[in-house]
Amino acid sequence: MDPVDIARWQFGITTVYHFWMVPLTIGLGPVVALMQTLWLRTGQERYLRMTKFWGKLYLINFIMGVATGLVQEFQFGMAWSEYARFVGDVFGAPLAMEGLLAFFFESTFLGLWIFGWNRLPRRVHLATLWIAVFGSIASAYFIIVANSWMQHPVGVELVEGRAVMTDIWAVLGNSTAIAAFTHTMFGALGVGAGFLIGISWYHLWRRRRDGIDSVDELGRVVVGERADLPGRDRLDHSVWLRSLRIGAAVAILGFGGVAITGDAQAKLMFEQQPMKMAAAEGACESGTSFSILSVGTLGDRDCDGVVGLIEVPGVLSFLANGSFDEPVRGVNELLPEYQAAYGETLPDDSIYGDRAGQPIQYVPLMEVTYWGFRLMILFGALAAFAAVVALWLTRKGTVPQSKWIMRLAVLGILAPFAANSAGWVFTEMGRQPFVVAPNPNPSGVDGVFMFTAAAVSPGVSWGELLFSLITLTLVYGALMVVEVRLIARFTRAGVAAAMPELIHSRDDAGHPDGDGDEGDPQADGADSRVRRADDVLGFAY
Amino acid sequence: MELLPTVWFVAIAALWTGYLLLEGFDLGVGMHMLVSARGESQRRLMLNTIGPVWDGNEVWLITAGAATFAAFPLWYASLFSGLYLPLVFVLLGLIFRAVSIEYRGKGSTDRWRRMCDLGLGVGSFVAAFGIGAALGITTTGLPIDANGDRVGGPLAWLSVPAVLGGLAVVGFCLVHAAAFLALKTDGPVRRRSGRFVGGWGILALLPIVGWVLLVQANNANPWSLALVAVAVLAVGYGWVNAHRENEGRGFLGLAVFLIAGVASIFSAVYPVVLPSTIDPAFDLTISNAASGEYTLGVMTWVTAFGLPLVFVYQGWTYWVFRRRLSEQHIPDAHPVVSAAGR
Repeated sequence: MDPVDIARWQFGITTVYHFWMVPLTIGLGPVVALMQTLWLRTGQERYLRMTKFWGKLYLINFIMGVATGLVQEFQFGMAWSEYARFVGDVFGAPLAMEGLLAFFFESTFLGLWIFGWNRLPRRVHLATLWIAVFGSIASAYFIIVANSWMQHPVGVELVEGRAVMTDIWAVLGNSTAIAAFTHTMFGALGVGAGFLIGISWYHLWRRRRDGIDSVDELGRVVVGERADLPGRDRLDHSVWLRSLRIGAAVAILGFGGVAITGDAQAKLMFEQQPMKMAAAEGACESGTSFSILSVGTLGDRDCDGVVGLIEVPGVLSFLANGSFDEPVRGVNELLPEYQAAYGETLPDDSIYGDRAGQPIQYVPLMEVTYWGFRLMILFGALAAFAAVVALWLTRKGTVPQSKWIMRLAVLGILAPFAANSAGWVFTEMGRQPFVVAPNPNPSGVDGVFMFTAAAVSPGVSWGELLFSLITLTLVYGALMVVEVRLIARFTRAGVAAAMPELIHSRDDAGHPDGDGDEGDPQADGADSRVRRADDVLGFAY
Repeated sequence: MELLPTVWFVAIAALWTGYLLLEGFDLGVGMHMLVSARGESQRRLMLNTIGPVWDGNEVWLITAGAATFAAFPLWYASLFSGLYLPLVFVLLGLIFRAVSIEYRGKGSTDRWRRMCDLGLGVGSFVAAFGIGAALGITTTGLPIDANGDRVGGPLAWLSVPAVLGGLAVVGFCLVHAAAFLALKTDGPVRRRSGRFVGGWGILALLPIVGWVLLVQANNANPWSLALVAVAVLAVGYGWVNAHRENEGRGFLGLAVFLIAGVASIFSAVYPVVLPSTIDPAFDLTISNAASGEYTLGVMTWVTAFGLPLVFVYQGWTYWVFRRRLSEQHIPDAHPVVSAAGR
């Protein structure tokens, strides 16, 4: 067993998993904060209900991101100690900044938000959520700064074989980081939006199925209510319809932003990592044509077996450099350049273990990069299209009665997640065989690079790596079941699960009054005392 | 003496101290929920004392790890790869613990809550033990070669000091959490926790005393011995006050004990950050493990700005949630029912 392969699988699995929780946290957070802001501004209860319901799902997801994020930070040292030694001087700084300047804010203020209902003044309470949301976005920025340095090393010089930082502003202002950060943030908004649309659709559909809402002869909604079902009142309809529309607006913003920033990012990547983009396009020969469908042996890492079935002239060069006729360099032209610059075989150094002296595969797995790139775009486009359709179909105030459309809407929640994963798998696998990619262009620091084969911990045995790979994968799988079931459960239960006061707002006698709150100057008055005892967000546990 | 590496040695020690001080009682509360609590309402009471703060406290661990990476990459690389197996268990413990805390109240069956209690209690124990073992190792030594890589296989870290460090942190967490619960609750939990701190429970501090003495026996200097004296005085002060049911001072005494104890350990081992048990020539020190001057300077500015801010808003959090909780404050659990009614 090759430790490098095991360590790579582990990093891939844990990172892709972690990045299912993260975009939902980042995408949903600002929306929940917006809902609470609207509640404070307008005083309308529907916004309070939206805050509580979506806030609950936000928290269920949030904790899984926290728990799996720890693994990320630890494994740089545990499994990739040579990498940590080579880059620690420059790579550790953004990680430490994340902790100090972002994650402390996020975690501390989220605790204040969860437990601060009716305890903090309303404006201060709202501010705690905004600060936590700011923390999660700042957190993402620092992490992407670190990642982008691996794609495009800047602000360093090579001293005794180690990358030593010379300019923190170059690292923080890395063009790659700015492009990747904005692209990722808009992508996260897309994830949050798909979540809002799918779940709101489900609830609007169920209100129709249960006979609560109906439509008149013009197709307009007739809102009803059911006294026997907690929370299924007239206001409930407005909660879901408004959530759905907010979701659609966020989706349009998110996917629009994704397209613009993605284009900018691709142009940078053509310049900084030409081989990655050539592989992503299945572009063997230099040219201007964009491949819509290529078949053949993409996995062979040479271009002999690749056949472009459908190609559009001019599009590739337009995407790469804004011109229809300036050719983009293909794999066959790039390969000799890489071999000349970085060698044809791995050096005879003990650090490479059994791989020393082996030929270097400069062409990344083209099946992965080619399809990763296309699936990212396909899933993103599907989700964007679905959001527009959802907006159109609900223009008269409710959703069609069709069960199949509802199922599609719920299934559609997965599309933006898939787009995010595909994009990251593409960009990380496309960087291979390097863990720190060389940048043979004037804006990067050529010479600062590292082969992935040299990065793994020399002292750690493959058995240890395999043990942790299997254990973490099993645990993550089980936790995914738990999280999805909890989200499904709270989704089905609707607003009432996040606001128990809706269930027994008129029979508080059975509950201990339990305020004991004389020392709390910020109590909101007699009414809130009842609420306090009943508030599961206040007493989350 | 090199100024910036020394500053960062102190900063890393301070971050670990902050972690043990704050998450110490979170981890201990998790263990107490499994072993000391009598009944569901007491368990929920205990959990709610740490509810608003535990996640913020855990960031001290993340920051301590990341700051070690940034300031002493070679220390981070050697320690984390050398302790691969125990750290896998630490991660699993922390994962189960986090998920159990947040999901415990979101299920509805007794079986689910029991599973979460197990995840929380065992997870806290394993995390505390593993982190203690890692800190024990970094102050006493690991078989590392000239490149800083562990030799001797996956269990090469397993030694008397590692076990001692593990037990030290577990024992401290138990006492610290009892002092915290005595301070933060009212009713039976307060009384029982107070008796634990002011009585025989204080013996759970013996392993940490053993760790401090072991390090002193190898590398004592006047500063570290003075800090040992402070720690002894503090723990005496804490014990007497806990015995007299003055919970605030009891907690303060334990806190000062920890700060002085950890400071005595780190000041004794300075300037070595990870001794090699193979050859002292392979020791990682603040000189050969540190980042460059520029990086340390940048990080110093960031920390000088960020850390005081953390003190302010985390301090404010404790102020906001300062009142004692008792079982009467804990509302009934709410069933999560499907809004369809079927």
